Amino acid sequence: MSEKVSPLRQPAAPVSAAAFTHEVAGLIVEALNLDVAPADIDPAQPLYGEGLGLDSIDILEIALVVSKRYGVQLRADGEENERIFGSLRQLVDYITAHRTK
Amino acid sequence: MLNACADRYHFTVGFAASLVSGKLSLLPSTRTPEVVRQLRAFAPDVVCLTDEEDCDIELPRVPYPRGGGRPDTSPPRAPALSVPAIAAAQPAACVFTSGSTGTPVPYRKSWGPLIGCVREGAWRLGVAGGASCAIVATVPPQHMYGLESSVLMALGEGHALCAERPFYPADIAAGLAAVPRPRILISTPIHLRALLESGIALPGADLIVCSTAPLPAQLAADIERRCATRLLEIYGSTETGQIALRRPTQSAEWRLWPGITLSVRGEETWAQGGHIEQPTRMWDVLEVTGDGLFLLHGRVADLVNIAGKRSSLAYLSHQLNSIPGVVDGAFFHVDDPRAAHTGVARVAACVVAPQLDAAQVVEQLRRRIDPVFLPRPLVFVAQLPRTSTGKLPQEALRSLAAAHLKSA
Repeated sequence: MSEKVSPLRQPAAPVSAAAFTHEVAGLIVEALNLDVAPADIDPAQPLYGEGLGLDSIDILEIALVVSKRYGVQLRADGEENERIFGSLRQLVDYITAHRTK
Repeated sequence: MLNACADRYHFTVGFAASLVSGKLSLLPSTRTPEVVRQLRAFAPDVVCLTDEEDCDIELPRVPYPRGGGRPDTSPPRAPALSVPAIAAAQPAACVFTSGSTGTPVPYRKSWGPLIGCVREGAWRLGVAGGASCAIVATVPPQHMYGLESSVLMALGEGHALCAERPFYPADIAAGLAAVPRPRILISTPIHLRALLESGIALPGADLIVCSTAPLPAQLAADIERRCATRLLEIYGSTETGQIALRRPTQSAEWRLWPGITLSVRGEETWAQGGHIEQPTRMWDVLEVTGDGLFLLHGRVADLVNIAGKRSSLAYLSHQLNSIPGVVDGAFFHVDDPRAAHTGVARVAACVVAPQLDAAQVVEQLRRRIDPVFLPRPLVFVAQLPRTSTGKLPQEALRSLAAAHLKSA
């Protein structure tokens, strides 16, 4: 049995969790042209519906920029899907674990 | 019956059951608490068919039978059931448009015109009378376009339906790849653009159909190339159903279904004839260019169309003004330079409500209007820029909002 298997794919350029959260928040604000500063998005607040008030059109747009920037293709039938957009923090965690670029 | 089933197969079973039992399927474009309240007033005996356990629609609920989730695929045991005949004049569905007064306007659809329109469409799309196709659709069955192009197309022409409603680009690609050819993708500019830009490998499709908003010609060409297929666009409305078709890579002109004509009344364009049960105003600017041909020049000023959901500035403003604590308020179109690219043009609103904060106004709006119409941004002002005659020029609202956002 090989001992050399890496358990997790690491981000291409490791940054602190807080900085990466800010980066993703900035990406969302820019993609959706939101009237809010990235730093003002509460990482624990729901993204969908109440909270930040995004709808399914926004979620599709976020999925698109996330796939382009980080190489993560989201799937609706994955069990994690509802959780991923539960909050900014959960979205960031998901990208961190699955990014390919 | 309000058919709220999310699964397209469940919806279809519910729709067919309501047909054979002589009941009317109510198809509102959204199911906010306010719309459900209006549905109860419109039809006091309405019940809601649902396949979701956490359904919170305030109506008597009929859960979709457990264990009846999927069709029985075992070989049929004789005798086979005969296909029921539905009278052409039987009312089959009722769709609603937002009037300007706050009360949705119902449009009853009889079975004959409803299915006749779809069968004509199938012939024009080149998917009638031939091989049975598999239909994958990204639009909900409750939307007029989704009802016609997925549910009724399958019932009328013997095609197969995918029960799922793929959402993300990867879901759409997987949904297509999972069914045998010939296969059809029924979609919208929003989904097709996401599919193309995601860069994922696209399985071949034998036909792609797009509707809800005009598709940019370049996007249409890219989709046809990447999927090695034809892309056909359907034009229609909630009231009329589908009435015209074009292939955007070959023609900017739309060709009407036979028997349907457009007529100009002042600044308005009306459609009549064919399967259209009563002459209907079209809420777009249409230019008749020949016999059965027209060009689409965009929506009329008051209309709002976001992702196939339609409303009007007048209706949205009425809802805003009905909120306790709102003194005055108005919705308006915003100049979003990204709209041409994304195909989604949001609306904004100015409101005079000294006793309320933004969260309270948005919470109240959320109960009344579909979330796609929530104002972006919602701007609090001291008063609206009304003219001496009480009119509210759109440009004045845009300037006022811009000035407030700059100083904020």
